[in-house]
Formats: sequence, C-alpha cells, structure tokens
Amino acid sequence: MQKVINDPSKVVDEMVEGYIKAHPNLVARTQNPRVLKYVNAPIANKVGIVTGGGSGHKPAFVGYVGRNMVDAVAMGEIFSSPPAQMFYDAFKAADSGKGVACLYGNYAGDNMNVKMAIEMALDDDIEVKTVVANDDVPSAPKDALNKRRGVAGEILMWKVGGAKAAMGGTLDEVIAEAQKAISNTRSMGIGLSPCTIPEKGSPNFTIKAGTMEVGIGHHGESGLEVCPLETSAQMAKRMTDIILPDLPFGAGDDVVVLVSGLGSTPYMELYILFNDVEKILSQRGINIYHPYVGHYFTSLEMAGVTLTIMKLDDSLKACIDYECDCMGLQQFGR
Amino acid sequence: MTCVSIQDGSFILMPLIRAIQDNKQYLSDIDGFIGDGDHGINMNKGFTLCEEQLKAEPGDLSHGFKTLSHILMSQIGGSMGPLYGMFFSAMAKASKNKDTLDAAGFGQMLTAAKDKVQSISEAQPGDKTLLDVLLPAEESYRAALNANESFDSCLDRMSSAAEQGRDATKDMVAKVGRSSRLGERSRGVIDAGSASCCLILQVMAKAIKDTI
Repeated sequence: MQKVINDPSKVVDEMVEGYIKAHPNLVARTQNPRVLKYVNAPIANKVGIVTGGGSGHKPAFVGYVGRNMVDAVAMGEIFSSPPAQMFYDAFKAADSGKGVACLYGNYAGDNMNVKMAIEMALDDDIEVKTVVANDDVPSAPKDALNKRRGVAGEILMWKVGGAKAAMGGTLDEVIAEAQKAISNTRSMGIGLSPCTIPEKGSPNFTIKAGTMEVGIGHHGESGLEVCPLETSAQMAKRMTDIILPDLPFGAGDDVVVLVSGLGSTPYMELYILFNDVEKILSQRGINIYHPYVGHYFTSLEMAGVTLTIMKLDDSLKACIDYECDCMGLQQFGR
Repeated sequence: MTCVSIQDGSFILMPLIRAIQDNKQYLSDIDGFIGDGDHGINMNKGFTLCEEQLKAEPGDLSHGFKTLSHILMSQIGGSMGPLYGMFFSAMAKASKNKDTLDAAGFGQMLTAAKDKVQSISEAQPGDKTLLDVLLPAEESYRAALNANESFDSCLDRMSSAAEQGRDATKDMVAKVGRSSRLGERSRGVIDAGSASCCLILQVMAKAIKDTI
C-alpha cells in the first residue's frame, strides 16, 4: 500500500483536520467532529442544503460545502455511510428555520441513516425533505430507477439545489428543482485500476492490466462487463451509447457535460475523453451549454473516468449559471 | 417457570462483545468476497467502544443493550449501524424495568427486534441479508414457545434456525445492499450480515442457557 498516511484507522479524522486548516474561509467546525458547515451557515431565511456520505470521494462530499452550495456535510468512514446522528447534527447546523433539503445518493446505508435522522429532527421541529440521486445508468435497468445508485450527477444536484436555495426558493421549490436536476441527469463510469481502503491494506477487487470495467461503481461495484482496454474515442462512444438513449437526449438539447476522473487518472486523459465526447454530441446536434472537466467525484486512487450528462431547461440553466464558491467548484458568473 | 436474573447485563453483553472481537477477521473476510470487506472492522469498533463504556458504567441488561444501540447508531454508520442499532434498541425497550427474563420475555425481545429491523430495512426474505437469519430464528423460537417447550429448548430451536438461515444465504442472489450490485455473482458465499446476526443470536442463547 503506497499511501501518504499515518494511522490507517484515523485517515478520515486527520483529513478533516487538514481540510479545516486549509479552508478556513469556507468551512467551520460544529459540535460533531465529523460534521462541517459553511462558515456563514445557517443563513437567515435560506433553506439549508445538507449532504453526506462515506469518505474517499474527494472533493465529494465536504468539497462542495461553501457559498450557494452545501451548508453542512456529514462525513462517514471510507466508503461507509455516516451514522444517523451525524446527518441529524448536519441538519441542525444547516437549518435557519426554513427547513433543510437533504440531497444525497442512493445507497442502502445512507437511506437508512437519513431516514432515522429525519425522525430525530422531527422532535426538534426541523423540517427535512430529501432528494435521492440515482443517475448511474449501469447500476440498474430503466424500469428500476429507484435501484440506481447516485454518482457524479450528485454534484449537479447540489449545484442546482444550492442555487435555488440561494435565490430564495422555499423548501418545496428547492426540492423540486434538485429533483428535476437529478431526474434529467445520467452517468456512467469506466474503471481501469482498483483502489485500496487504508484500513484493509489491499484492494478487494481487481482489474487486470489491459482490461477495463465498464459501468463500475464509485466503490468498485462491478459493472456491466469487463473488456479489453479501449481508446478514449471508443470509451466515449461506448458511454454515450449507453447514456444518451436512456433519458433520452436528442438533437437540439442543451446539456451540461461533466467528466470526472476516478482518482488517479490525469487531467490530460480527462481532456482527451472530453474532446471525444464533444465530437459525438456535436455530431448528434446536442449543445454543450456548460462543460465541467476535472476531479469532481473520485474513488480513492482508482483509475478511470465517469461521464455525466444533464438535460437543461431555462430554470436549470439559471441554477447552473449561478455563482458559487467551494473547494470542488468555483463559478463567478457565466 | 425457568428464568434468569437480568439485573446485571454483563452475562450476555460481555460474551457478545468478545464474540464480535474474536470474529472481526472472519466477518471482514466473508464481507470481502462480495462486499467491501469492512463488516468485521465496523462491528468490532462499535462493540469495543461499548465494552469500554459498560466497564465505566455497568448496569442491567436493558442498559447494556441501550448503550450498545446508542453507540452503533451514533458512531458506526454504514448499514449495520442502523440495523443493529434498531435491533438492540428494541431489545433494550422490551427488557426495560425487568429483574428477570423467562422464555416469554425473551420472545418479546426477539419479536420486537425483528419488527424494528423490518421497519427500517427495505429487504425482503430471500434477499441475502441478516433478515434471512432473524426471521426464521424468531419464527422457530415463537413456534417452540407456543408449543410450551422449555426456555432451553426454545433457545436451541432459535440457534439452529439461525444457522440454517445463515447457510441458506449462500445460494441466494443479493437484492439489497452493496453486494446486490453483483447480481448473479453474489451467489456462492454466505452474507456477512447474516453471519454476524447468527453469531449474535447464538451467543445470546448460549449465555442465557449457561445461566439457567
């Protein structure tokens, strides 16, 4: 295991300490050491935005805490949902009295812990509503959308929900807009090498050299198939062939395209893939309204890429254009 | 009527904690085949925190389960935190303000725990989860109780049903949780949650039988 760490059982705690020291203008501590909030949260008269999940996905989840984005985050162990208490503490840190939108990904542990946290919050009269991201196409068939897991599309859900809340939307309006964002979003990933949870010390899945896993999940969940390694152009074709018909996306659509590395794939390769994706979309008459290329949602040091596409309408465009500032995403006007 | 004193909960809590500590590696290893291999690590972390707290603040059985439940729900997370958190919370409530435990009393605890776990989990029987142990174990216990079998015998029936339930998960395809992403490839190994659930029920049964 080649890692820059100290005690493998304390990687999350030590990362949190470093994060606070590195971003004092963005995040502040709460009473719960695993819950950080935007320095100005709770913001008067604004719906609070909360998310949370297992660690190991930097910049997700804490990297999206900031201005006009997420107000408070719950950070679990590596690849493991935060306990209910943490989500509940995040609700308290984000709530200004206007309610809390908890925008998170579809995983069994997160579903249970959020459900319990909402029950706890009811006792405090904090109103919490949820949107559960399910943008990963290969994780379940189209007739079982509620079984699909949430992946990099979550970033667009936070961006849209965060903007809508900053514009003064009510809890129901924020929830509706964030739901529309994720319902209009489709993603998939290709994995090229495995990752190692520090406390385990060795990878618990393998991807043989010269092969790639199509449809891999953010924790190494098996995908659709393992096949020989392809060129970037072939990967772009393979991913768009799966993503585009699923919504479907078609000629004349304005879309956001988000290409994210899974951890150790260099920026150079992400831009090569984006170039190939852009060619396919422009051939099909699909207009890229806003591209994002970078490391937005990773899986420790896994190699590989994810492609996310979101179809826009006027209100989603307004939310995507809205200013925001956090470690993972900075936008200062269109 | 056979019954045991539960004014000091350590006769169940301590063997339970030791069993999880001793099986940390085993639980992680079976989880590693089709999950992410951290089941033993997380369970051990929670149960060991509980051991420290109970040494500082011992109490009756209800107190012990409540302490364990609180730690699992506030510090462990994942799927097992809430599932076992609810399981032990229900057992704590069902044994509250009682000095002794008899066959009917343990039946109430077991049924309460089963109902609580079902209330939070989306899993159905056959989905390759700890419910495939908990449901038949509770059912067998209840059948034995209704047939007026002894406390000992009810516990034996629960233990063997738990074991059969655990082993039956081997041929199941996972439908919920992380291993469900593997589909057919999840067949052939037992479910880690079912293994820990079987262990917990069997250790409880043995601890009670040793005390009767």
